[in-house]
Amino acid sequence: MGLSKLPEPELGHNAAGDLVSVEPKGGDGWITTRLDFLVNWGRSNSLWPMPFGTACCAIEFMATAASKFDLARFGMERMSFSPRQSDVLICAGRVPFKLAPVIRRIWQQMPQPKWAISMGACASTGGMFDNYAVVQGIDTIIPVDVYVPGCPPRPEGLIYGIMMLQKKIMTERMSNKSLRDEMEPDPSSQLYIPANRIDELSEPFGNSVHQTRSAP
Amino acid sequence: MSKFEIMKPGFGGSPEPVTPKNVPNRGGEANPSAAALKAQFAGAVLRSDVVNGETTVLVETANVFDIVKWLHDDAAQSYEYLSDVTAVEHRDFSQPIEVVWHLRSIKFRRFIRIKTQLKKGAKLEVQSVWPIYKGADWLERECYDMFGITFAGHYDLRRILMWEQYKEGFPLRKDFPLRGRFSRSEQLRQALDANPEAKYSMEELTVADAFEELPLDMRARIKAGEKTGE
Repeated sequence: MGLSKLPEPELGHNAAGDLVSVEPKGGDGWITTRLDFLVNWGRSNSLWPMPFGTACCAIEFMATAASKFDLARFGMERMSFSPRQSDVLICAGRVPFKLAPVIRRIWQQMPQPKWAISMGACASTGGMFDNYAVVQGIDTIIPVDVYVPGCPPRPEGLIYGIMMLQKKIMTERMSNKSLRDEMEPDPSSQLYIPANRIDELSEPFGNSVHQTRSAP
Repeated sequence: MSKFEIMKPGFGGSPEPVTPKNVPNRGGEANPSAAALKAQFAGAVLRSDVVNGETTVLVETANVFDIVKWLHDDAAQSYEYLSDVTAVEHRDFSQPIEVVWHLRSIKFRRFIRIKTQLKKGAKLEVQSVWPIYKGADWLERECYDMFGITFAGHYDLRRILMWEQYKEGFPLRKDFPLRGRFSRSEQLRQALDANPEAKYSMEELTVADAFEELPLDMRARIKAGEKTGE
């Protein structure tokens, strides 16, 4: 029996997972490959965040941005309070239904390329707020790239999520046009994923299965 | 000294206000305003009791406005501050809904809780105290939004926490399911249907809509054809 074959390392990484410069391969256009790497390197190290802080996660986000954890190390010191000059939407906190059209509008105003980080349990799943007022995960409103678990996540957690997003950006290819596809909500319902999937995603779990939906 | 005497530095033997200690759970010294209310509105005061040193007076629904107005206006009562308007629905469905007003007299350092009971099945309506306390504006709107209690005489009674097109009912009522009445996708569809740039209130619409509220000279200028900048 021979040794099992090692998995092919990701583009831009060696077998140990470290970033390396990408050598041209047979099938790849030489210039495109190099430009991909350069553009991705530039984008991933100068992400301008659009903070969408609604709850306690925003406090941890502020701590992340402040001097001790220092988001500036990742080229993210420039908080963009206008969606038109930002690259990554960081939703920190629960989103009530009243804010759903607002975060949708902010996402649509952000220019491509853009990414979204869902920070904390409430933004990702609704968290403990399985009630009439809170959206059960912002991925039912906008597409999300990285989910950061925690209630709230510590700054290290958010930084780990940001580094995951940077890794994801490094693997993007210019030849893949679908990466820059704009979300197209259904004009009749304004939903961008099917209604039955939203219901499925928002099913109660944990203690909340004991609650009743219909009136007694 | 009684805690219901005016406590100012040098008055009543105490240089500073004192935090009452060892307050009994039931009974204890009642707020003198309760007895004064009984004397003033003999038929309208149904019950008064003292719990944890706080006096609660249960009154007839029809007399709430007069009672609150008297407590506010009478020099010996002087309840200048309305700290809360809210409602209580009990889990027992046969129990009526209670509407609660928390009044505070800053001058006499007194607190009184006025309650009234609204029978279920009939229209939940009570007189607004907004003409007495302007601060009741948002408190009554919130109470309307969450419990569906109509405050007659409020100048602008509409939802305040939930959006105005909210169709699922009144969330703090006991018959309201915690997750709401509609499915999650339907809730999201209705929420995304809202225009985030819609005007917050009808009063903000345009200068033309607010024409009657403008000062006379401004009205004359607009009538003469001056542009309003919109």
